[in-house]
Amino acid sequence: MTRSRVPGLLAVPAALAVGFLAVPLIGLLGRTPWGSIGAELTSPRVLEALRLSLVCSLGAVAVSVGLGVPLALLLARVDFPGRNLVRALTTLPMVLPPVVGGVALLLAFGRRGLAGQWLDRAFGITLPFTTTGAILAEAFVAMPFLVITVEAGLRAMDRRFEDAAATLGAGRWTTLRRVTLPLIAPSLGAGIALCWARALGEFGATITFAGNLPGVTQTMPLAVYLALETNLEAAIALSLILLFISLAVLIALRDRWFPSA
Amino acid sequence: MLRSRIRLAAAVAAVALVLAGCGGDDEPSGGSSAAPGELKVFAAASLTAAFTELGQRFTAANGGTKVTFNFAGSQALATQIQQAAPADVFASADTANMGKVKDLVGTPQPFASNLLAIVVEKGNPKGVRTLGDLAWSDLKVVLAAEEVPAGKYANQVLDQAGVRVQPVSQEDNVKAVVTKVSLGEADAGLVYVTDVAAGGDKVEGVDIPEDQNVLATYPIATVKASQAPDQAQAFMDLVLSDEGQQVLERHGFLPPPTT
Repeated sequence: MTRSRVPGLLAVPAALAVGFLAVPLIGLLGRTPWGSIGAELTSPRVLEALRLSLVCSLGAVAVSVGLGVPLALLLARVDFPGRNLVRALTTLPMVLPPVVGGVALLLAFGRRGLAGQWLDRAFGITLPFTTTGAILAEAFVAMPFLVITVEAGLRAMDRRFEDAAATLGAGRWTTLRRVTLPLIAPSLGAGIALCWARALGEFGATITFAGNLPGVTQTMPLAVYLALETNLEAAIALSLILLFISLAVLIALRDRWFPSA
Repeated sequence: MLRSRIRLAAAVAAVALVLAGCGGDDEPSGGSSAAPGELKVFAAASLTAAFTELGQRFTAANGGTKVTFNFAGSQALATQIQQAAPADVFASADTANMGKVKDLVGTPQPFASNLLAIVVEKGNPKGVRTLGDLAWSDLKVVLAAEEVPAGKYANQVLDQAGVRVQPVSQEDNVKAVVTKVSLGEADAGLVYVTDVAAGGDKVEGVDIPEDQNVLATYPIATVKASQAPDQAQAFMDLVLSDEGQQVLERHGFLPPPTT
């Protein structure tokens, strides 16, 4: 064993940190009604919320990949004026309280919102209270996770491969498709996983912008919140599903986050 | 080596001190008659305006005792009290949620009642006149969730009238219903008469005839685990007093049903 140079007394706050982060999870597991959990998990309300959560979070990932990967490419490869401003603006939803994001979405895409009133008048499309609205709310908070992960991957990648492909006559699209994207596949995968986990857990922007209706906009976090007020067992069962999904994402990403392990 | 041990011990002691300090809140604060304290009132969202005013009066009349309110759907408040949230007084918008915590509170007293109304945007652009109009397919109707007293009453009213409504959202408390209408996202909602009055100049109400309406009874009780039982009782007395009843009446509440 090598001698550690870390001051010994740091063990105390470190142990407190472990306890602080782990005890709530133990509390959740301790209160789980294991006997009736099967019934809770297969109740129509839970299944509906689960289905809707999968639809919305995968939809949000699709939106994020479709728009976020091109954005990450531009941010990483093109030196345009105001790039730092654009980067700051597009990562803002990561630190913005989600409820504030929901209010902002209402003012932008609501029936009376900046873009929303135009959508309503021109196409008769209104987004609040729809599943599409829930997908947009989730994409709003989750896309930045994908963008910064992919951008970091693009910056870390060895650009000589791209140069070599270009020298050998590959066009820009071919280089992107055959060289760049395969090389950043691990970052893209990690970005998708993070983005999906964030979308799955989204609460504030969704309930503010999309409202709460079982089967339409009531995703799992909303169902947990409302179940907590009347049916603690159902709330714990739903929480457990979210806990295990989060764990699975963490395990899938462990090589990236804990490279030595 | 020795030095680092001493430092470790000091750190442990410091952490223990901090933890002990945090624990202080849970201990009985030695009687409520001492310094001006703080009263935590858990009240139904529909009471927001009326109770805020009553809180200011209570503070003025009780040597600066601060009243902190937790306004939310009564079902959420009842759950919080069940989970031992630090409440001194609980005012519910229905008797069912008061019943959920009956072992944790003193004897509940009805102190007000309320009627439902249809809330629409100012000027009533969609021309909603009756409960039956809420079933129009092009009308976006928002209700409170079934767990919320206002949602439960709304369902009663609609069932009585034989009207089937497909809401676009079931909000977590009654104020959120008014908000969705005042933002223009929803065309109509079912809320209390008092919420229409408190909703400002962006909304207006459509009355529901008395024979189609339901009377919501609001009970209030002190919480047994209160650290300030005397002040909790004083607040409850204020709500039930003539002064309190006048404030509630001014905010559109009706007197409690006479038994």
